[in-house]
Amino acid sequence: MRIACPHCGPRGLDEFLYTQDASVTRPKDGGAAPTPEWTDYVYLRENARGPRREYWYHSAGCHAWLVLTRDVSTHEILSVELP
Amino acid sequence: MCITLIASQEFFAPMRYSAFSVITQALRGHTGWKPAWRKAEPAPHYDVVIIGGGGGGLATAYYLARHHNVGRIAVLEKGWLGNGSIGRNTTIIRSNYGLPGNIPFYELSMKLWEGLEQDINYNAMVSQRGIFNIYHNDAQRDSYARRGNAMRLHGMEAELLDRAQLRKEFAYLDYENARFPIQGALVQRRAGTARHDAVAWGYARAADKLGVDIIENCEVTGIDIENGIVKGVQTTRGAITAGKVGIAVAGASSLVGAMAGLRLPIESHALQAFVSEGLKPLLDNVITFGAGHFYISQSDKGGLVFGGDIDGYNSYAARGNLPTVEDVCEGGIALMPMIGRARLLRSWGGIMDMTMDGSPIIDKTPVGNLFFNGGWCYGGFKATPASGFCFAHLLAREEPHPVAAAYRLDRFAEGKLIDEKGAGAQPNLH
Ligand SMILES: Cc1cc2nc3c(=O)[nH]c(=O)nc-3n(C[C@H](O)[C@H](O)[C@H](O)COP(=O)(O)OP(=O)(O)OC[C@H]3O[C@@H](n4cnc5c(N)ncnc54)[C@H](O)[C@@H]3O)c2cc1C
Ligand SMILES: [Zn+2]
Repeated sequence: MRIACPHCGPRGLDEFLYTQDASVTRPKDGGAAPTPEWTDYVYLRENARGPRREYWYHSAGCHAWLVLTRDVSTHEILSVELP
Repeated sequence: MCITLIASQEFFAPMRYSAFSVITQALRGHTGWKPAWRKAEPAPHYDVVIIGGGGGGLATAYYLARHHNVGRIAVLEKGWLGNGSIGRNTTIIRSNYGLPGNIPFYELSMKLWEGLEQDINYNAMVSQRGIFNIYHNDAQRDSYARRGNAMRLHGMEAELLDRAQLRKEFAYLDYENARFPIQGALVQRRAGTARHDAVAWGYARAADKLGVDIIENCEVTGIDIENGIVKGVQTTRGAITAGKVGIAVAGASSLVGAMAGLRLPIESHALQAFVSEGLKPLLDNVITFGAGHFYISQSDKGGLVFGGDIDGYNSYAARGNLPTVEDVCEGGIALMPMIGRARLLRSWGGIMDMTMDGSPIIDKTPVGNLFFNGGWCYGGFKATPASGFCFAHLLAREEPHPVAAAYRLDRFAEGKLIDEKGAGAQPNLH
């Protein structure tokens, strides 16, 4: 896997840090009480095959956060965007 | 007359493996061995259908047939037996956990391993060669001491060795490593290894003997639910109705769960394993490196079998990438420089069902008569016997086995996580 950073160009996987699923959205309420929305956001995942949006960090490069669309069945990277 | 009778009976009845059967087969030129399990055809209905013919599914079927009277049982396997993680792991079995929700479960598993080969009449090459978890600094020593004490409080043995004691066991470790000097190790002597695919074959054979239908090349493609109760499954070999359905598909948990509308606290990740060329006997035990993530043992064929961290990003491709290969090998060399010149023979990957707290799930689901076993992360091989034993108990009695009572599906919503590593809801960090 090589990731084409919009700032640095195509770089090896070891320069990047995968962080998490970019398809989940943080609930609007403050989270003072445990709600099903918070449980869903923190713990439950679709975890399907095929394309998935996810956050990566160019930790050994320009330090940009990136949103990758990557096929988790083939590791093919379909797009790299700035969030 | 009598001799032909015995010979013909042996030909048709399931064969018991023994020194005697090996010798008689040797004299007959090994022409009398029979397949270890029948190639069963799917029947239209079963009382219990287990989805997934990995270690967990096969052990579940065996213990169900052995200890519970539940009627007809089938195991539906998408590919061939052993294609999943049961045939891909680094074969380490141990019960050196630190949390109350885990310790009794893994210790039951260890006890079942100890009697497994007699129980199922199959040589699974269970070898209690001991595991040495190396520590490299004071904080790690304290945390290992805590883990060892937790084990002892649960009635298990654990030893904490200092550097001088460890040196007596292994002269060849890199004690003076500039970055990761070795201070000692936590030892569980009853831990060890077992031959992974023999475990699948042994359970399959034993379950088959008790009448379980093991149906290979039968992928479940849908789960039929009516009024919130499971009625059966759709498969690539036709529809099958069932009284109860148990999911035991490990890395495919979310995919099969989604067929029943379940959204699970699981992500699938790739883990790689490595084997070196065959070497003369070198490592008698299982050794783990505490400063990175590296574990190693030597197989009976002489290969060094080792692995490290998962690759770190979600994956359904049963292969990893090169940075992890490099990282694992660096860990190995930092621990025991002597292996630096061994050549790598093979590497492969498998799919891990990583949960949000690093611990498994064995529970009912919100769908009636549908039960779930999964979330094994990269530690489900050692769990195989207890995973099957406890899932069989749950399927038959509809209540959790006491040692698996903490492995609930709702523990995430309830905040009752079992997070050995304290890494939080980040599956790739467990
Ligand atoms: C490289 C590697 C090293 C590991 N090292 C260790 C170790 O040292 N110690 C340890 O304890 N654990 C280890 N593990 C983890 C352990 O192997 C797994 O946690 C465990 O095997 C998972 O349970 P299982 O055997 O039931 O899974 P599997 O063998 O994966 O069984 C699941 C089965 O379900 C089938 N299936 C999937 N979808 C369907 C469907 N739709 N219909 C029908 N069937 C389906 C699959 O084909 C598969 O056969 C390792 C894993 C890997 C990959
Ligand atoms: Zn960059």
